[in-house]
This record gives sequence, C-alpha cells and structure tokens, in this order.
Amino acid sequence: MAINWFKYSSPASFYSLAGKMIPLFVFVTVILTAAGLYVGFFVAPTDFQQGEAYRIIFIHVPAAWMSMFLYVVMAFWAGIGLAFNTRLSSMFASAIAPTGAMFTFIALWTGALWGKPMWGTWWVWDARLTSELILFFLYIGFMSLQAAIDDPRRADKAGAIIALVGVVNVPIIYFSVQWWNTLHQGASVSVNQAPAMASTMLTGMLIMVFASWMYSIAVILKRTRVIILERESHTAWVAELHKKGAI
Amino acid sequence: MWIIKRDLLLAARRQSDVLTTLFFFIIVVSLFPLSVGPEMNMLRTMAPGVVWVAALLASMLSLGRMFSNDYLDGTLEQMLLSPQSLSLLVLGKAFAHWLVTGVPLVLMAPVLGIQYDLPAEALLVLTAALLLGTPVLSLIGAIGAALTLGLRGGGVLVSLLVLPLYIPVLIFGAGAVEADMSGVGFDAHLSLIGAFLLVSAVFAPWAAASALRVSLE
Repeated sequence: MAINWFKYSSPASFYSLAGKMIPLFVFVTVILTAAGLYVGFFVAPTDFQQGEAYRIIFIHVPAAWMSMFLYVVMAFWAGIGLAFNTRLSSMFASAIAPTGAMFTFIALWTGALWGKPMWGTWWVWDARLTSELILFFLYIGFMSLQAAIDDPRRADKAGAIIALVGVVNVPIIYFSVQWWNTLHQGASVSVNQAPAMASTMLTGMLIMVFASWMYSIAVILKRTRVIILERESHTAWVAELHKKGAI
Repeated sequence: MWIIKRDLLLAARRQSDVLTTLFFFIIVVSLFPLSVGPEMNMLRTMAPGVVWVAALLASMLSLGRMFSNDYLDGTLEQMLLSPQSLSLLVLGKAFAHWLVTGVPLVLMAPVLGIQYDLPAEALLVLTAALLLGTPVLSLIGAIGAALTLGLRGGGVLVSLLVLPLYIPVLIFGAGAVEADMSGVGFDAHLSLIGAFLLVSAVFAPWAAASALRVSLE
C-alpha cells in the first residue's frame, strides 16, 4: 500500500491529525513530569558539593537544552517553508517561537536562581549566559518581525531569513563552556564519556528532558492548530467545522 | 560598481545625513566622561567599549536609509529587474554605506581615544579593529534593513534584529584594545574580526538580497 506522505502537509488534514495527537502528548507529558519531579525531589540523593540547591537542574538543564533545540527546529522548518514554499512548515515555525522563547527565559531565570547560592551572584557576563541571552533576543526579534508584517506569507519568509541568520548563535552557546573557561560549569552529560553525576540524578534529569520535549510538542501542535484556523478562516472546511460547532 | 559611485554621489548631495551620523558618534562618546566622572584610569579602561558601542549605534542610525529612499522612488524595483546579480548590488550598497558612515567613524576614533587618554599603540589597535569591524556592521545591517523595508516602526525593529548579531563584533573589537593594553597581544582578536568580515561578506549580501525579494514581492 502506498502511503501518501504529503497528505498531512495540507493544513486541513494536519489540523485533524494534530487534534487527535494533542491529548496523547498531554497525557505523556503529565506522566513524565510527575515521574521526573518525583525522582528529582525525593529519590535523587543530595549533592555532596552543592547540597539541595542543585535540584534546580531538573528544570534548568531541560529548559536550556530545549531552548537551543527548538531554535534549530524552528530555523529548519522556517527554511523548509522558504525553500519549498510550504505554508504549513512556516506556520509550524511561528508556532515554535513562543515556546522556545519561554524555555530560554526559564533557563536564564532558573540559572540566576541557581547562581545566587552557588556563585554568590545572580548574573555574570559569562560566555554561556550572554549567548543564551542573545538567543532570547533572537526569539523576540523573530516574533516581533513577524508581528510587524501584515501579510502572513511575507511575514513567514522574512522570519525565515532572520531565523536562519540567527542559527549561527546555537553552536556558540553549545560550545561556549569549552571555548571560554569561565564561571559556568562544564557540561555534566556528554555522549562520549560516562556522566559525571549519580545515575538517579541523570535519570531524573533525562525524564524531565523528555517531559519538556513532549510538552513542547503538545503546545506547538495546539498553537499550529490555532494559526491554521486563523489563516484558513476563509476556507470551506473551516466554515464547515464552525457550523458543526467544533471550534 | 556603478552602484557604489551612485550611492556616494547621492550621499554627497545630502551631506547632512553623513554629518549627523558622525556627530552622533562624537556626542555619545563624549557624554560618557560627563556621566561617570573624569577619572583617567577608569576612562582608559572604558574607552574601547564606549567607542565600540557608539560606533554600533551610529552605524545603525543610518541603516534605514540604505534601501528606503530607493524603495520609495521605485529605483529599487528597477534594480531588482535589472540583469545584474542582486547580491552584488547589495554588496555594493553595503560598501557605499560603509564608506559614508563607517570610514568617518574610523578616522574620528583616534581623536576620541585621545580624549580618553589611550596610549598611542592602543589607539592604533582601536583604529585597526574599527577598520575591520565596521564593514561587518554595514553587511549585517543590510540584512536587517532589507527585512524591515517599508514596515511601520521599522527603525526600532531593525535594532532588535541587528544588535544581537552585532554582539560578537563588539566583544572582539573592544577585546582587541583591552588585550593590547593588558599586554596579551591583539592578533587573535583582529584575526577573528577578519574572519567575521570574510564570512559576512560572503553570506550577508546573499541573505539581504533574498530579504529584499521578500520585501518587494
């Protein structure tokens, strides 16, 4: 049987598919968050250096990872939308931006809360902190550029260009702790060596990473649905949905 | 290359634009000693950063004019239709923008550095760093100017889009002078700015050209 992979690139069919997927992802998010927080706060041992305060990593690290990852995904979909002129990918990119900005903000904020007891200061002009702050500005710039342009197609394309230009910042953030040896601690988890922390801590953190991942998917799908409705409000299938009282 | 000549000619006809940018730069730099106090040691350490931030703001001031006049009278549309490659046109326009706004800043910088009591060698490094760095500002700025062409509130938006991208140039530009004054050597910093210049000379005109096509379609 031939599967038509492009079927779901049409907003109308994606809309109903997303509608079916959202409850699933919400369910997984709730389970994983509960499990991750339980492991993080009750199972994981107290750190011998940092005491109880280290527990903020269960939020800080997932948020920081997601902030970079979502930017790359956003730039990827925006680029696809620019190159192949596919409407849905651009809608997807603009749906990602607010969630990415939120995770960037959480990463910065929890970092400050963690920095106060550990370093004795809320904020340092350290390479990783500064580049993460720039990432936040890039998200804000992307969103305000799109908001300033009335024509949605032009907004998509202009946003795609700035998103692609800004993607150079992501490797800078990622490698900043290796390139500049400053106050921010190095990566605790890496692919090619054993993690430098207790395994329950790692488990809790990874569960929280997956939880934020699932949360992002759920929220982004939901936001894409809203954007689709907004942009396709003139079409027959939206009118049909409206008549049925489904919206 | 006619585009450079044309933009220079247009700038020569409207000298006030050029002078405004330059005086903005001078005034911003001169305001700092008034606000933080005239202590020589502090001024000397602050100087590179202050000069660089002022240069960033000054070159951003005139970004709006890079495309908007041509856009308003329809010239830009004609350029788009011409067989000439649009990226080359953008490169020419960015170069003209640099000649008109960047070069005066570079020439003025040593004089301002003297105000801050910088030693002679640091003045030289500051000028060299600005010479390498200000074209990057024009090139990256061209992307922002092309994206916000014809938008309401474009002037404010352009700062939000472009300033985050300026940060690496700022860090290494100001860092070069500090490295020289602390005796570490400034070569690495200048090489990095040179690398920024090469990368942005290749990619920025291309990105700005596609942004222009988006803005004009």
